[in-house]
Amino acid sequence: MKYLSYPGCSLRSTGRAYEESIVAVFKALEIEYEELKDWNCCGATSYVSIDETDAFALAARNLALAELQVAEGTINLIAPCSACYLVLSKTERYLEDYPDVRTNVNAKLDKAGLHYNGRVEVRHPLDVLVNDYGLEKISKRVKYPLKGLKVASYYGCQVVRPFAKFDHSHYPVTMDKLVQALGAEPVDWPLKTRCCGGSLTGTTQEAGLRLNRLLLKEAQKRGADIMLTCCPLCQHNLECYQERINRIYQEEIDIPVAYFTQLIGVALGLSEKELGMQRLFKKPSLEKFMHPKGEMAHA
Amino acid sequence: MQLPTQKSVQQDEAPQKIEKMKHVVRRIKFESELDLDFGERVAEKAYGQKLLSCIQCGTCSATCPLAHYMDYTPRKIIAMTREGFKEEVLNSLTIWLCASCYSCYVQCPRQIHITDVMYALKREAIQLGFHPKRLPIPILAQEFYKRVLKDGRNTESWLLISLYLRTNPFKMLKESILGLKLFLRGRLTIGKEHVKRRDQIHAILEHKKGGQPL
Repeated sequence: MKYLSYPGCSLRSTGRAYEESIVAVFKALEIEYEELKDWNCCGATSYVSIDETDAFALAARNLALAELQVAEGTINLIAPCSACYLVLSKTERYLEDYPDVRTNVNAKLDKAGLHYNGRVEVRHPLDVLVNDYGLEKISKRVKYPLKGLKVASYYGCQVVRPFAKFDHSHYPVTMDKLVQALGAEPVDWPLKTRCCGGSLTGTTQEAGLRLNRLLLKEAQKRGADIMLTCCPLCQHNLECYQERINRIYQEEIDIPVAYFTQLIGVALGLSEKELGMQRLFKKPSLEKFMHPKGEMAHA
Repeated sequence: MQLPTQKSVQQDEAPQKIEKMKHVVRRIKFESELDLDFGERVAEKAYGQKLLSCIQCGTCSATCPLAHYMDYTPRKIIAMTREGFKEEVLNSLTIWLCASCYSCYVQCPRQIHITDVMYALKREAIQLGFHPKRLPIPILAQEFYKRVLKDGRNTESWLLISLYLRTNPFKMLKESILGLKLFLRGRLTIGKEHVKRRDQIHAILEHKKGGQPL
């Protein structure tokens, strides 16, 4: 199966390490893909607050471009950012479910000489790695099982809601299973899909910081050594505001927050630089958990 | 931004209570003052008439991670929208605090697309000029809209700069250390991202040169 990738704007700035680690892991696992040519912004949550038809049309340009790039069959378009994943999935779904939306959006696309026929399926890299590639195959490729590492998987909201294509909308387990396949130990915690506030940390900090404080404290209380995310905005919020949260609320939060693809890369034995680890504010110290596969039997 | 808390409201009311009772204020509108079609108009823009069949169970308010900060809970917003309290709904902070986490959307027993209702209300509030003038959330939405209209892609650094310039330039100083940390790690870029076929974006969004839509 061939894939198209849709990086999205965040993976070109705050989420660069996410894109770098995806590229490195997909290469190591020999998953072939091409970048969607001349992709544009998905519109995130802001565009639809201004004009809905424009928001759908903007997102649909990407779907139409994907059909131009791949001539036949169903196209798996990988969107790693939660907002992109949601907006593109929602556009795809609403175009199918509501004939009015389809007519209006295609009328707009028409003006740019484009048309969307409904061949795209939007996928998340977590879904692709676990459900297409498979946990067993990932397990086999692991060079350094991360024995004893306790991981709190944080899915955020928009990857599992509202359509919950590959997992439960409030208590998903896909990332936890992946963590197990890497030899690490998933931490059971109830806030996996509670909202991080998204852009509220930039606009209404009192509300935004409190949401993150809650998530970080709970993960830490449950004994997690590291939090994993699958969204650039969640990662930014949870990692970059820790100092401020500690100062304002007199907390002692100190937990590294990485992308799930970075942890896969570490277990596969990829270099820190390839995985963009140097871009994190708090580099997780994983060396003590990394046991080369051969040594496991003797340990 | 400082949001009002329950405590501050109480403190505000207590000493002036007697004074206030001299001038009784009617807090609830008469039917003749309501916009009775408002609910139906919003329902139409938010995928279906299901909004009108809300059973007021409060699941949305219970599951909402931001309900603590809202002036009206999501359940109340639905009730008020349905009854035609247009000004109150469009002036509320609630619609702007919705972070689109879709928790209510998936839990609603009547399958009301509550997140879409909030979006429809946000659009209405911006179009009719209802939103609080310096509230950063709607300004972020507008600046984002402009960025993408122009370049087809968003560049986070420039988006934040334009947001702070329009809301609170001093906040830019406050955020500069975080900005610098991100910059040093290659996580903020100065160059603007853009698509090659800007003409396609402009054609789709009917962008007219010189005439900004907002």
